[in-house]
Amino acid sequence: MVSEELDIANKNLPAEQGPVQYVNELTTLNLGPTHPATHGIFQNILQMDGEKIVSGEQTIGYIHRAFEKIAERRPFYQITTLTDRMNYCSSPINNMGWHMTVEKLLGVEVPKRAQYIRVIMMELARLADHLICNGILGVDTGAFTGFLYIYQERENIYEIYEEVCGARLTTNMGRIGGMERDLSPTAIRKIKELLVRFPKVLAEFENLFNRNRIFMDRVVNVGAISAERALSYGFTGPNLRAAGVDYDVRVMNPYSSYEDFEFDIPVGQSGDTYDRFMVRNEEMKQSLRIIQQAIDNLPEGSYFADAPQYYLPPKQEVYKNMEALIYHFKIVMGEIDAPVGEVYHAVEGGNGELGFYLISDGGRAPYRLHFRRPCFIYYQAYPEMCKGLTLSDAIVIMSSMNVIAGELDA
Amino acid sequence: MLTNEEVAQIIINQFGESVTDFDDPYNLLTCSTSRDQIIPLVKYLKEHPTLKIGFLTDITAIHYPDSVGKEFCVVYHLHSLQNNFRIRIKVYLATDDIHIPTMIPLYASANWMERETFDLFGILFDGHPDLRRILNMEEMDYHPMRKEYPLEDATREDKIDALFGR
Repeated sequence: MVSEELDIANKNLPAEQGPVQYVNELTTLNLGPTHPATHGIFQNILQMDGEKIVSGEQTIGYIHRAFEKIAERRPFYQITTLTDRMNYCSSPINNMGWHMTVEKLLGVEVPKRAQYIRVIMMELARLADHLICNGILGVDTGAFTGFLYIYQERENIYEIYEEVCGARLTTNMGRIGGMERDLSPTAIRKIKELLVRFPKVLAEFENLFNRNRIFMDRVVNVGAISAERALSYGFTGPNLRAAGVDYDVRVMNPYSSYEDFEFDIPVGQSGDTYDRFMVRNEEMKQSLRIIQQAIDNLPEGSYFADAPQYYLPPKQEVYKNMEALIYHFKIVMGEIDAPVGEVYHAVEGGNGELGFYLISDGGRAPYRLHFRRPCFIYYQAYPEMCKGLTLSDAIVIMSSMNVIAGELDA
Repeated sequence: MLTNEEVAQIIINQFGESVTDFDDPYNLLTCSTSRDQIIPLVKYLKEHPTLKIGFLTDITAIHYPDSVGKEFCVVYHLHSLQNNFRIRIKVYLATDDIHIPTMIPLYASANWMERETFDLFGILFDGHPDLRRILNMEEMDYHPMRKEYPLEDATREDKIDALFGR
């Protein structure tokens, strides 16, 4: 019982009975590690006073796979497969970010066509990531229908990945210097179909949620964080924009010719769960705009850079062309040496600024590679955001923050 | 828009000799300082009326076992969202004295970044309220990202680079 309640109770008692001494003991509640609502493996140890959360503590590291250590022994092109497994909802963004970091180190100029294809793939990944986040937020508030409406679209995005690179989840479609393959006519057709269909599905989803009384009761003014606190906690991406700061890496430090496209940065006001939901919905519309522009203005030309010592040649070439065979051998055996240098390159991941800090000592593998994972940095604000709220609020806050366990632990 | 030269000049005017090694690899201003000056420097950058470098992007460390006296390098990446300007600050530490003051009073996000750096490199952040391991388990008695712990089994002979002509 809180102290004011105790005082009121004591005032109403007859004097001879004496003051009430009863104080609630706090309950320790383990939310996770394997709880469906944690969307991965991490533990939240909550101290509960009845239904209220008094304090919380997170334990992470359950799927820590030591990517940074593994990367110290891998040639540059092999690290792509590690980045795939960080934010597995939007692995193309991680891939492309990593390739751009290496290209920056090597000084490789990527042709416009490859840059545009990368933009298309990254925006498709952002769509898939936001779809999952918002769909699951619906599920966590008890509305499974919305999730069913939009999940088909994620499937369609995965089919586009499949068409482009053959894989669905852990895509490995980029190469140092460009793309592995060009966009096939089928892929372009599928992307165009998605552009027609997606807005309708999204509109349906929004009709279901945006002004839904039950949904709004669960999310408005829940888990609000001010812009100042969000900046202090290192928030980036949709979570920061929901708090009212229009910071977007795509606009501030454009990469892969993002400066060619017109799009807006949706910004929220209060930084609560509802704003995070709405910012992600708006961002999906902006992503569609970017994809539309990129596919309309897709430049002609090569889809990989003229850098044979770094770009893994297409397999067909390897069978026919001696030069390609030599370079293929040299790259696969890790014979290419990178120049000495240190690079920090950031891309706008699904959850915010995904940074790659790469130090090369001139060898075939990085001397040190550090991933700036947005999830890892902002998840520490979670106890502060759900303090004083109920357990059901804690679930929707976690869901709307879009904490991906793979990225949290790396 | 700030240029690297302008910011470097402002820092030199304020801190003089205690900030050194100015460089701009790939156009990102980099400088080194001592552990006594790191907190005043970051505080100054945060509170400066025009620089406004008020966003802590990242803290990490690097191990250089061969450079005697400065085996560990703690790297801070800072960002000014208003001016869109990034800066990297390095602090070199020796193995037998790996203490550095914590950044938590300035940035709440430093908490986990410092815990991760402690976990992986064993760097001790003085004044950190909760300096525990974060990614690895508590019982571990070493810091795995240091170079003396190789990734692969050193006793295996089929993995020696020399056999592959490297």
